[in-house]
Amino acid sequence: MIEALKQRVNDDAALVRRGRYLTTTFLLEVGPTAWLISIFEGRVVSVTRGPFVMPSSSFALRAEEAEWQKFWASRPPPGSSDLMALIRRRVLKAEGELQIFMAHLRYFKEALAKLRPEGVAA
Amino acid sequence: MSVPFEPIVGRYMRLDLFGRPHRIYVEQAGEGTPLLCLHTAGSDGRQYRALMNDARITSNHRVIAFDMPWHGKSSPPSGWHDEEYQLTSAQYTAMVLEVMTALSLDKPILIGCSIGGRIALHLALEHPDRFRAIIGLQSGAHVDPYYDLNFLHRPDVHGGEVCSAIVSGLIGPDAPEAERWETLWHYMQGGPGVFKGDLYFYKIDGDIRGRVGQIDTKRCPLFLLSGECDYSCTPEEMLAVARSIPGSEATIMKGLGHFPMSENPQEFLKYLVPVLEKISAR
Repeated sequence: MIEALKQRVNDDAALVRRGRYLTTTFLLEVGPTAWLISIFEGRVVSVTRGPFVMPSSSFALRAEEAEWQKFWASRPPPGSSDLMALIRRRVLKAEGELQIFMAHLRYFKEALAKLRPEGVAA
Repeated sequence: MSVPFEPIVGRYMRLDLFGRPHRIYVEQAGEGTPLLCLHTAGSDGRQYRALMNDARITSNHRVIAFDMPWHGKSSPPSGWHDEEYQLTSAQYTAMVLEVMTALSLDKPILIGCSIGGRIALHLALEHPDRFRAIIGLQSGAHVDPYYDLNFLHRPDVHGGEVCSAIVSGLIGPDAPEAERWETLWHYMQGGPGVFKGDLYFYKIDGDIRGRVGQIDTKRCPLFLLSGECDYSCTPEEMLAVARSIPGSEATIMKGLGHFPMSENPQEFLKYLVPVLEKISAR
């Protein structure tokens, strides 16, 4: 499912344009499963499933799978609609060099919301 | 030539605040009982545009919204360029009372959202006799910081972009797109460090948990309205405030978020109009 991120982000020209100054690799942890997601100038270039021996990333987003599933629902319940909502409830851990995450916060929120059922806006 | 104009009239007021001259932008619409509106942190009085454009409100209320110093079209005071802006409870309280005096508002109804909803609690506690009634939107007694506020004001993160991205998820899922993005545009337009400076009041200085139970609703009726989808001031936090204040009336607004009057005005008015009717019937 996470692999779908690549095409869904890259198909959204406005999102790619918003990320044109963003080049990074970040780690997404969905419960026990880790993914390395590489972005080059706003386009997702690779989504690689772990496990990894020595993953290098600028930052990591970590939450239990049940929390991500609520975030990725077509109509997330209150408290699960937004990455900041998950952070507020202390169920999403954002760790690492968070300047990149915060400088492109709208991009990351909208990109990860792409994993909701198709047609649902961020 | 006939283009539609809204009934809102804006003017600049010269007002001394905290011993310094200020230039404060004030908008008004309607006639009747004064209804003084306080905007959220990092935004401005445009959040109340729908109230000022709705005859159900303006036919019997004089709706007034001012931009706080540093916000919207109000300037920071001379000397600001070497200062760090930090809003305190004492300043915020004095500002509201000074504006009321300057505009000769006799016992207005006060409505405030978020930081405005918090200072509403302070005012209900400390100055109940100055108000006909107080309406707190997204009113909690305290919010713990849940992210590093320094990201709101640093040169390697665009302030307008990050402020709007921080708050965008606080808007309810059913908000009309135009109103959602109008609300976020106000955040994108905030001056550097202003949202952060407001949050000094919201998350640090303005904690009123220990005293909120002393509010006397016999002296000043208190109505609390909170959007169901707000994760900054959650409905549970509003209900905790309501439980500690005998006589207060609390309502959870279905599907609404942290900016009810701005993000989804038509839904919000369904909750506000009955409250105003109740106040006018007292």
